[in-house]
Parts: sequence; C-alpha cells; structure tokens
Amino acid sequence: MTETLTDDLKYIVFQLKEKEYAIPVNKVHSIEKIEHITRVPGVSSYIKGVLNLRGVVTPIIDLRLRFDIEEVAYTDSTRIIIVSFDDMEVGLIVDTANDVIDIKAEAIEPQPEVVGVDEAEYINGVAKLDKRLLILLDLEKILQRDDLKTTYGNEG
Amino acid sequence: MEMNQYLEVFIEESKEHLQSCNERLLDLEKNPEDMNIVNDIFRSAHTLKGMSATMGYEDLASLTHQMENVLDAIRNHKLSVSPELLDIVFQATDDLEAMVFSIADGGDGKRDVKEVVEKLKLIEKGESPSQSSAKSEVAATATAIAPASAKAKSNYDEFEYTVLQQSKEQGFEAFEITIALREDCLLKAARVYMVFEVLEKVGEVIKSTPSVDQLEEEQFDQEFTVSIVSKESLEDLQKMVMKVSEVEKVEVVTISLDGDRSNQEEIVEEVIVDEVAKISSTDSSSEEQKKSATTSTTTKQPNNKTIRVNIERLDILLNLFEELVIDRGRLEQISNDLKNQELHETVERMSRITGDLQNIILNMRMVPVETVFNRFPRMVRQLARDLGKKVNLEIIGAETELDRTVIDEIGDPLVHLIRNALDHGLETPEVRRANGKNEEGSVVLKAFHSGNHVFIEIDDDGAGINRRKVLEKAIKNGIISEQTAATLSDKEVFDLIFASGFSTADKISDVSGRGVGLDVVKNTIESLGGSISIDSKEGKGSTFSIQLPLTLSIISVMLVEIAKEKFAVPLSSIIETAIVKKDEILNAHNQKVIDFRGKVVPLLFLKDIFEVPSQGEGDDFYSVVIVRKGDKMAGLVVDSFIGQQEVVLKSLGNYLTNVFAISGATILGDGQVALIVDCNALIK
Repeated sequence: MTETLTDDLKYIVFQLKEKEYAIPVNKVHSIEKIEHITRVPGVSSYIKGVLNLRGVVTPIIDLRLRFDIEEVAYTDSTRIIIVSFDDMEVGLIVDTANDVIDIKAEAIEPQPEVVGVDEAEYINGVAKLDKRLLILLDLEKILQRDDLKTTYGNEG
Repeated sequence: MEMNQYLEVFIEESKEHLQSCNERLLDLEKNPEDMNIVNDIFRSAHTLKGMSATMGYEDLASLTHQMENVLDAIRNHKLSVSPELLDIVFQATDDLEAMVFSIADGGDGKRDVKEVVEKLKLIEKGESPSQSSAKSEVAATATAIAPASAKAKSNYDEFEYTVLQQSKEQGFEAFEITIALREDCLLKAARVYMVFEVLEKVGEVIKSTPSVDQLEEEQFDQEFTVSIVSKESLEDLQKMVMKVSEVEKVEVVTISLDGDRSNQEEIVEEVIVDEVAKISSTDSSSEEQKKSATTSTTTKQPNNKTIRVNIERLDILLNLFEELVIDRGRLEQISNDLKNQELHETVERMSRITGDLQNIILNMRMVPVETVFNRFPRMVRQLARDLGKKVNLEIIGAETELDRTVIDEIGDPLVHLIRNALDHGLETPEVRRANGKNEEGSVVLKAFHSGNHVFIEIDDDGAGINRRKVLEKAIKNGIISEQTAATLSDKEVFDLIFASGFSTADKISDVSGRGVGLDVVKNTIESLGGSISIDSKEGKGSTFSIQLPLTLSIISVMLVEIAKEKFAVPLSSIIETAIVKKDEILNAHNQKVIDFRGKVVPLLFLKDIFEVPSQGEGDDFYSVVIVRKGDKMAGLVVDSFIGQQEVVLKSLGNYLTNVFAISGATILGDGQVALIVDCNALIK
C-alpha cells in the first residue's frame, strides 16, 4: 500500500563475498535452504542444475559463478533465492540472505562506476543506505542465457 | 467480473448449442422427414437467439432468428429439406460459430451476415437459394420485401416479441419489472446481479434496459427495467425482488401483447408444448414438471454436470500431491524402522488412499476424444460435396479418454488423415459402381483403449494403396533405389508414403496436401510418444492406425545410474538391456560398436555425453540399454540399471530450454530430480 504513495520499494538483501546485493521483493518467490541439486549436462557451469521445489523442477544458478567470483563450499547459511521473471522461475544460490529493507527511489544511483568488477553488466544501480552500499541486480541480464551452444547437436 | 462470468457461460453454452445444431443437421440430412430432429435444431437455435439477444450480440441474434424461421417453415411442411437448403443452413451455423469464437477471443462478435440472412430469407419464401447466389437482383428484390414483414413493436424487437408470444402460449406470464436501487447503494452491479439471480430462478429474463453489460458496468442511475416470463404471480415477483437488500422500489407490470400473429406460429407452439408434455409425463412429481417446462426451451443436458478448471490448477494440484507421495515414502521408511504396529497400519491406509487420489487426479486431465471427433462429420460432409464423392462417416468410441495435452495435438494429424482417406482413398461414385462397390464410400473413425495405449484407426473402403505406384514414385523422388524396391515388404512400401517429399495422388488437389503432409503427421504423432502404421489391400481399402500413450504426464522409464547420477530412459524407446563384456566391443570408423543379435549397434557412452564426473574405470562389463529411433538403434552405456518405474514427466522450465539430449525431468521417490534422456536426439 505505502509503496504506491512513495517510490519506496522493498528489497531482499543478500551477500556474496562481503558485498551486499538487492533484488526487488516482488520478484522473489521464496527463499530456500540448499537441497540436493541434480546436475544438468551441457549447460554453462554457473547453472548448477535443477532442484525439486515442491514438485516444480526449478533451475538453479550459482550467482558467485555467474559473477565470476570464486566458488566456495555451501554452508548452513547458504540460501537459494527463488525469483520469477518473465515466466521463468529460477533459483539463485547466495552466501546468505540477510533481510528485507525499503529503498527510496532517490537513494538509487543509476551508474555504478565505482563498482568496476565483473558483475557490473548485471547491475541496475546502487543504493546508499547509511554506510551500506547495496548493489541492485538486473534480473533480466542475469537470466539471459549466453550458453545456448550446440555442442553435440547437429541433428535437424 | 460478473460480466465475464456471464460471458463464459454464454460462450460455452453457445458452443454446445452450435455443436448440437451441427450434429442434428447432419442427422437431418440423412432423415429429411424426421421432424423431431428439426425440433431439436429449432430449440437449439431458439435458445441461442435468446441468449445472444440478452448479451447484446445482435448480428448473432438476427442470423439465428432467420435460421429459426427457415427451420420453422420446415417444421410446418412449408419447405422440404434439400441439400441446397442444408448448405445454406450449414453456412449459417459456420457464421454463427465464427462469431461465437470471435466473442470468445475477446472480439465483439460482429460479422457481415447479410448475405446468409438474405439467402435464408429467400428459402423461407420458398425460392431457390442457388438463384440468389448467382443473381444478385433476386436478392435485391428480397430485401425490398423484407422490411414489410418486420413490424415495429413498442420497445421490443421482433425476437423478443416472439419469445414473449411463445411463452404466453405456454402458460407463462410476461412481466416488466422496474427496480429502483437506494441512492446510497454502493455495489450497484452486485445488487443487479442478485436481482437477476432471483429472477432467473423463477423465470427467463428476456430483456433488460439498460442492457446487461451496461448494468454490469454500473452504467445506470438508480433504476433499471427487466422483462421476464414466469409462472409466478405479479405480487410474488415483487416480494421476491424486494428481498434483495438496498432495493428501494419494485414495480411490476404485466406485458400485454396485441397478439396478432399468424396461426403458423401457433402450430409451432403446439409442437413445442407437445414436446414438453412428453418430457414432463416421465417425471412424477409436479414440481419436476414445472421445472422441465421452464427448462425445456433451453435444452440442457441434465446428466452432464461439470465444472471447468484451469489446467494449470490441476498441474499445481498434481505437483502438491507428488510432494505428498514423497513424504509418504519417507513415512513408510520411518514406520518400517520403528516397527510400531499402529503407525504401520495408519501409514498403510494412507498409502492406499493416496494411491486412489493419484488415480483421480490423473483422471481429471482426461478428456474424451469426442471433443476432437465431433468436428469431423461436418468436415467430411463438406469435403465429400467438394470432391463429388459419397461418403458415410462412422465414428466409434468417441467416449474414449485421452490426456488433455494429447487431445490438443491430435486434431490436425487426424484432419489430415481423414482428408487423405477421402481424397486419395475413396473413389468417385462412378468408379465404385464400375468396381461393383456400394456407391457410397465408408470411412470409419474408431478410438479404443488397449493396455496403456489409446488407438485411433481411420479405416476406408476405398482403392487402397497401389504398391507399384508407391514404388515408382519413391524411386522417382529418390527416396529408395530400384534394387531395394524389390526387396521391400508391403508394410515397408506403405511406410514410404510417410517419407518427406512424397505424394501418390496423380493430381495435386487442395484437399489433401502436396506430399508434405503425411511425414508431418508421423512426426507429430511420434513427438507425442505414439506411432502410426498402415495396413492396406488394393481395391479393398486402407487402415491408418495410430497408437498413442494414454497420458503424456506419466511415462514408464528405466532408471539407470551413471557414477552417482540417476537418469531415466523412456521405456517406449528401449528395445532391451544387455550386459556386454569389454572384449566384445569392436571398433568401426572410430566408433565403438557391438554385435547385437546379428546387427551392428553403435555404443554411446552416456558418461562422456553427459560429462558425468566419475572416478576411474569400471569393471570388465558394460551395462547397455539398447534404444531405437525408427529403424536405427544405439546402445547407451551406463554404470548400472536401477529398475523400471512410472514417473511423472516434468519440463525443465522456461529457463532451461534446449538442453541437449534431455527431454525433461522427473521427481523420484526420495525427492530428487532425475533427468529424462531423449533417445531421439542421441541417435542421428
């Protein structure tokens, strides 16, 4: 209700290697603990495989690998954020999912020049909140598959 | 919201009525003298007219009205049924169908129906409609006459007037109810809806001012007027409507008709009343009689109570249910470990119930093939006329049920095969007579269950497939060589017509394709996990037999293990499994092959294809699953077989499309996902 009045939007905040990222809460379906993931052959390494999410087979992306950050072993705090975008439902593996916060529209700065790392191309903007720097992710770009290779397929 | 509710009902019912019109019209063609059929059609048309007028679809209403007039004339023996007449009526139903579909797609249901209406008018006047299509001047004169018959009637148009008139003759009273809502009424549309609900219980609403959709959108002040036919008294109606809250004032007025209708109309009425009497005489209670009298005009199928559920919701239900099944598995495990008798019994009971539940849920997705078949009689009729052939189509087993997803896909291939049978299979009446056959060719469309499959057969008693012609064509088109041609069995020859770039018809007609069709048919059916075969005797006819899986959502698979990963191979593509010694493997052109029952079968190592991370070499034996795609075979090398299982097929979602050699996924008893191997992609 309130967000229609102001330009505040609720965001889910999560961490990847000391940095904090945010996705709009309305794109987030649920947050799950890590479970058995079935590997899918012949896709990019950042697609870890598929997971049974209450009967729905859901693809899982390891965001660390997507952003070319080194992989770490999953811990108790590792979470899978299930996001839906454009008819797609995908899980994102993150180090931890901390909390939900409001970000005012004016706190968002569009061009993240300072960030200058590999994930730059997936970023929508950055938000400064007190002393925290939140990186707002562009789901559309994250979910773009650049791996549609046809390694074996030469069949019609 | 409410408008949608009405609209959906309207569309569904209209479709039903149109379907029954179509069916009965075909019956009528066979028995032109049977007045019961005419009555049935009349009633369907009549209801359709009423409904569309209420919904404000005027083109629809005016066309049905005209159609009704023609039917009426037939009923009164003023006209006799001729193929030309039926052609026009069919054309009218086609137009009606197009309009209803346009409404269903969110259109306004408008369509230029003048031509058909004119033709119907001409028929009604006993003139030959073929003249009108040839000479437009005749049509012009007809239009000149037409307005004379259309008399202006207070604020009711002709259809509404007829409805009022007819109801009156059936002992219904017509009322005009003016309802005023309180000024502080907030949900006017909701109140309107409640009023309509009340009124529809006691009678039939004929007209409302403003129209229903305007009312739904609250485009009125405080008052609106509804015309209704009912057997209730004036006072009762008033009381009933007053019970709806926030209604301030109700005025009920009896509508008097100046009743100067031709006696023709009355005869019509007698027929309807007779019908009603027949129906009601079977019911014992007077209450029932009353009901049947009110509903007889709307002809609803009474024993067909269904609700429409979005298929997505069913999928969600199925998903949740599967979760339950997985938990059940865990529970069974726990109860086995605990060895508690009571727990054990409870779990056992639960297992049985969930089993039943699963069957029910899966059955909900099943739809009778009738939904596909029922459009064929029309199509065959039209086609037969176009081709100048005489055809009798027989449909057997229309109640056979198939999974919804299969139903959606099977229509086009069937259309193609039937067209094929009519165009290429059946001969012209002259040829048939010369060959000592009945002039009328017969096409039988048959569906039946057998085991886990549904079979659909299309059987014609036409010329059959000419082996020599097929071979000639195949050789000419470079599909086979002359040497192989001699060695082929009849069956193999027939299969050639499924090869792409093949057409046996000497002439290309626009009825069945240009030889691009049958291979598409075959592909579609195979993509559904089915198969198609032909049996034919020259001079006697051909049978196309399609085998389809009962459902697409559940398939039988062989679970196999590669390192620690589990994969499922569809049983439909497995020929058999084998254990092969390492030293039995041969090398041919850099390809490892085995000699399997005298055939050379290439081996595919799934471990490499699926890049399974594994440690070290296995033992001296390979476990091989022999799979096929058409005539080609391949051996899939896996680490071990787990066993056969029925699994629920799931897609990988919209994100993971185009994964090589994986056609989907399934969830195993332990809650893990196993991928389903697409054997067709593995065999080139």
